[in-house]
Amino acid sequence: MSIKTRKKKDKIFTLLVMFLSILTILPLFLILLYLIKAGFSALNLDLITKVSRPIGERGGALNSIIGTLIISLLATLIATPISVFTGLFIFEYRKKVVSKILNITVRLISGIPSIIIGIVVYLWMVKPLGKYSALSGSVALAIMMIPNTVTSTVETLEMIPIGLREASLALGASFAKNITKVILPLSIPGILTGVLIGLGRIAGETAPLLFTAFGNPFLNLNIMKPMDTLPLLIYNYALSPFEEWHKIAWGASLILIFIVLILNVLAKWIVSKWNR
Amino acid sequence: MENLKALIQRQSGNIIYRFASIKKLLNFDKILKISLFISAALVLGIVLGFVVTLCVASFDFLKSLGFSSLLKDTWNPLTDEFGASPFIFTTILVSSLSLLLSIPFSLSIAISLSDKKGNKLLQSFLNTSLDLMAAVPSVIYGFWALFTLSPLVRLLQTKLGFAPMGVGLFTAVIVLTIMIIPFSAGISREVIKLVPQELEEAGYSLGATRYEVIRSIILPQAKSGIIAGFILSMGRSLGETMAVTMVIGNFNAFPKNIFSPANTISSLIANQFNEASGLHQSALIFLGLILLVITLLVNLAGAFILKGSRR
Repeated sequence: MSIKTRKKKDKIFTLLVMFLSILTILPLFLILLYLIKAGFSALNLDLITKVSRPIGERGGALNSIIGTLIISLLATLIATPISVFTGLFIFEYRKKVVSKILNITVRLISGIPSIIIGIVVYLWMVKPLGKYSALSGSVALAIMMIPNTVTSTVETLEMIPIGLREASLALGASFAKNITKVILPLSIPGILTGVLIGLGRIAGETAPLLFTAFGNPFLNLNIMKPMDTLPLLIYNYALSPFEEWHKIAWGASLILIFIVLILNVLAKWIVSKWNR
Repeated sequence: MENLKALIQRQSGNIIYRFASIKKLLNFDKILKISLFISAALVLGIVLGFVVTLCVASFDFLKSLGFSSLLKDTWNPLTDEFGASPFIFTTILVSSLSLLLSIPFSLSIAISLSDKKGNKLLQSFLNTSLDLMAAVPSVIYGFWALFTLSPLVRLLQTKLGFAPMGVGLFTAVIVLTIMIIPFSAGISREVIKLVPQELEEAGYSLGATRYEVIRSIILPQAKSGIIAGFILSMGRSLGETMAVTMVIGNFNAFPKNIFSPANTISSLIANQFNEASGLHQSALIFLGLILLVITLLVNLAGAFILKGSRR
């Protein structure tokens, strides 16, 4: 093969790869543009001050916004201690077989389809109590969040210089002192990043909530009762035949994607700040 | 008076002593260690708990109808017919098709991102966009597809002479492809980064073009990792629910052609679970168990290959 044809082949290949790469991310911008176009006109005071209403009466998404905040924050409160402790366990006993099994388990949990988490939490909490509740939704989301947070905890712990640990242990620090005074303070930024990314992921989840938090057209602050979230509202309104509800759903989508993007940007910012 | 004072002193001493003994019994070290163990046990228990719970809850269905009734192709909860083969078939079909479609795209973007001489600005733009694509909630993908993609599909259907429905297998495959690209591209990107730089440089120093280096050095080196990435994204697409539910058309039979409406296991569950009770619910739970076992196996296989490729 002459050098000319080889160079030509290389050129064609480079162009093709570039073209396909651009084509790959094109949908993201189509989605963002469409969201901004359709959602911006729906953004008004009603959307964030009124609760869901029957068709014909101008309603909003206040109940879903508050529900999203409550359910995701509760899930974070449940998942974070469990994940951080599990991460510490994996790190402290990293030479043991049980830690290797835990590592595989965490990966398997992240692969469980979200709808299955919904079914199982339904069987654990909704069926025995006989009612849908926001708390069961939080538990479902917490299970979704655990793998992310455990992985980021372990990765952070592995980056802490071994010398610091050895120094504190050599000074006679106990197991708990070593963890609470040396290891955890150093790894807070890394853990926080994992928590924020996990929070961004669960804030947009719908499937685990279908059979647990269920949705609720009224403003509800009681975690033992059904509660609405933004993704649930988008799902229900998107499939309805009403133009007015579609509009509210676009506005809700814009708010939701804004929340998710902010959380992701925040996480990236912490990483870049911490690496410096 | 004197007596009372002495009594109080004795009592308070007692209380202090008791606190001290509790402190000794449950010192901080022990509390922390116990919480570590409990958390780890909880996490270990989740997967097992899931499988056991689903097994127990689907027992009703297995006892009264048996496994073989699942293999039939009629799904009618009113007559207690729970043939689920169309859903199992559609689930595997949709995720395989979207995986195949995603391969050229995720490979291209992984190759662009790993080019060490490439435009840094463009690469960080691609990288950020890929991360954002992974962060967009599934329900928003579904909503967008329902309102922009399905009218386009309708146009295509009229041109090709199919019934213009807009929703169906084809639309679901396209959305799913878009959704899994960031995932498989992310893994390919990591794996390609792991290819030793000396190998690449050796190729260039022998006069190879970039295309030749990629084809005969990078891709063969990263092959098993890339395949593992594709298997893992297959695992993800098998269980994807919301976007698929919104655009697949909710039709309980074998799809007749690429455009016809259908149902995957997860979209069937999403559509029917809340209204189901008794045997119907048990059948749906058993389908969920099947889905869980398939995804767990696929994920284990992917993780196993990925681990082998890193050694």
